[in-house]
Amino acid sequence: MNNLLPIEPGKRINRSDIPLLPMDDFRDALLAFADIEGYIVQFFAYEENNVVSCLAVVRRGKKLYAGQCPLPETYPSLTRKNTKFHLFEREIAEQFAVLPDGHPWLKNVRFHPNWRGKADAFANSYEDIPGNYPYYLVEGDEIHEVAVGPVHAGIIEPGHFRFQCIGEKVLHLEIQLGYQHRGIERLMTSVDRCRRPVIAESVAGDTAIANSICYCQAIEALQGIMVPDGAKKIRAVALELERLANHTGDLGALAGDVAFAPAAAYYGRMRGEFLNLLLRLSGNRFGKGLIRPGGVVSQCDEKTRAAILDKIAEIGPQLAEVGDLLFSAHTVLGRFEGCGVVSRATASQIGLVGFAARASGLDHDVRFSLGPADTCYEEEKVIHTAGDVFARAWVRDREIALSLACVKKILQGKPILSAGSFVADERNLAPGSFVVTMTEAWRGELSHCLLTDENGRLLRYKIKDPSFHNWLGLALALRDEGISDFPLNNKSFNLSYCGFDL
Amino acid sequence: MYKIVKNRLQQGYHTMAYPGSPVSLAKPFRGLPMVNQTCNAAIVDECVSRCPQNAINKEERLLDLGRCVFCGACERVRDGEFVQFSTDFQLAASERGHLLTRGRLPDLASHSKTHFKKLFGRSLALRQVSAGGCNACEADTNVLNTPAFDLSRFGIQFVASPRHADGIHITGPVTRNMKTALLATYEAIPDPKVVIASGACAISGGPFHGSPEIIPLDSLLEIDLFIPGCPPHPLTTLSALWHFFCNTSKGR
Repeated sequence: MNNLLPIEPGKRINRSDIPLLPMDDFRDALLAFADIEGYIVQFFAYEENNVVSCLAVVRRGKKLYAGQCPLPETYPSLTRKNTKFHLFEREIAEQFAVLPDGHPWLKNVRFHPNWRGKADAFANSYEDIPGNYPYYLVEGDEIHEVAVGPVHAGIIEPGHFRFQCIGEKVLHLEIQLGYQHRGIERLMTSVDRCRRPVIAESVAGDTAIANSICYCQAIEALQGIMVPDGAKKIRAVALELERLANHTGDLGALAGDVAFAPAAAYYGRMRGEFLNLLLRLSGNRFGKGLIRPGGVVSQCDEKTRAAILDKIAEIGPQLAEVGDLLFSAHTVLGRFEGCGVVSRATASQIGLVGFAARASGLDHDVRFSLGPADTCYEEEKVIHTAGDVFARAWVRDREIALSLACVKKILQGKPILSAGSFVADERNLAPGSFVVTMTEAWRGELSHCLLTDENGRLLRYKIKDPSFHNWLGLALALRDEGISDFPLNNKSFNLSYCGFDL
Repeated sequence: MYKIVKNRLQQGYHTMAYPGSPVSLAKPFRGLPMVNQTCNAAIVDECVSRCPQNAINKEERLLDLGRCVFCGACERVRDGEFVQFSTDFQLAASERGHLLTRGRLPDLASHSKTHFKKLFGRSLALRQVSAGGCNACEADTNVLNTPAFDLSRFGIQFVASPRHADGIHITGPVTRNMKTALLATYEAIPDPKVVIASGACAISGGPFHGSPEIIPLDSLLEIDLFIPGCPPHPLTTLSALWHFFCNTSKGR
């Protein structure tokens, strides 16, 4: 840990202040850190003057650290010693053709050619997923394989699921994503600045607010802009409305997946109420267009403030009633309880984040651990230890109550003043700088990391969606479960395909 | 059982009367934009430079609804001197050219192909394919099945199998990695079939226009119905489907 620099989210630092370690020291420092309740926030490569380097941001408790090292064309894999690095190393191999020697399962992440025009790490031609990769196969007389997707039965994003089953029992689930890959990280460093906030909002539309906050905080740090208090409050309200809409909608979808129609219909309708509040605040049901570097675009006037408070007063008790209906129905509990268990040990081993991690007993929430000091949140985290579908649903039900209280606390009593008049993003970015921003999006820890070169140009834009950590959690939850419980488990995580695929 | 009955009474009835009786959205919803033809050129230039989507045609003073993400950046220039967004949610068109607008769209009900109304007007099954969408279009299409919108009132449903479908509803800018799956799904739908492009991404690449990872949808398939928005409001989609397939009377 002595080799890593303590940092804070949302604070600009000089890139030259981040210790540049030799590979062996970097590796030793990270492995020692990750061993005991240390987690990876960012672990990515960037290229400058034909040199590829690796930058890591790691967290433990309420502390955040950064370190970097030049990357040779191959390096000894960290995944061999610690699972938390597995996907990050695959991503670096895919983007920069730098190979982690001894990686136990090196395969494509998003299925695109590397950015350096080097020989492909996976010997793929990039016609169609999964290229020449042979899916993991279980063999035996009674074994059969089920392939689902990329186009699924409902109105959802594409992804491929490959089940290895014995009878109806799933021995192994392999999840292949990449279908949604739009090349966002490279777009962010190449397009006009006026396009960047619109792209950030569309990384994952259901997480438009959290991504906007991460993007804007990073730009604000690099431009040295102070955000007015009122704007911070409106951002916080929007973030909780986003959480409320998604938590509510997903509880409805979970009810639908176990054929409990009343709760499915009510939650579905109430989700819309939260989206309509975002519309009222921003002009868009997902809050797109609301948050821009420097503040927020629309003010929360007295009428809007009253409308949001009134709706929360109306819908809060209804949510509690429907929650009681859902969680006291034995037909529902029979399906939820004990299904798709991720133990605390497993969650910790793979670095699970968000409500899924809290349902498995991990105590991490960016709003509390790394949030600003003037937080609107009560110090009351929701933790469960069962790690099953029930726990994941229960945590979200409790978080709905917390979010409602939070919105009320911000808006009640006095009008929101000084939201600031929004000005177009015209200042230059500080040269030679680094900033990492983190937000507790509704799915969990979302992080953007920006590097600028000596001329203040964006050199690297790295986005890590919480789903990047959590897809493996879903795969492991399915082991030894009935394949018919897959939709239920999938919905209990409800991970982002496009946020992962970028 | 008692709780189910109690909740049913508490929840009440929420399905909207639209299209039987009109429904309106309030500001700040950004719907059909009104473009001021007499605006001075300097202001138009400023709007063009602020537009992240390159959606403004300066010479003709048109706004391209197929590219627009309705972010409101142009409306913030001089208090909407050049562009003002109305709250009209009816934005869909049957031809790409119609989306280049000064503030009036052709009547969709009378521009839709009459044989589609005859074939699908009372029963329409759509297969949805997300081809790189950010999940906002998908989510606001899904809500059409909630009690508030209740799409099945019109005999329209989203189905699991393309073999059961009359058409394909596409969201997303079409990523290279989804091209094969999208075309295979399209092929699996029996003729005659309808192609609907929903959202700025499907129509023009949306926020991702210019990315080497995407392939414009209109270079792959012929599109019958364009539904603009980022994402389209559920009412925009509902009104588009209703006017295009069901409404046999004239007038928007």
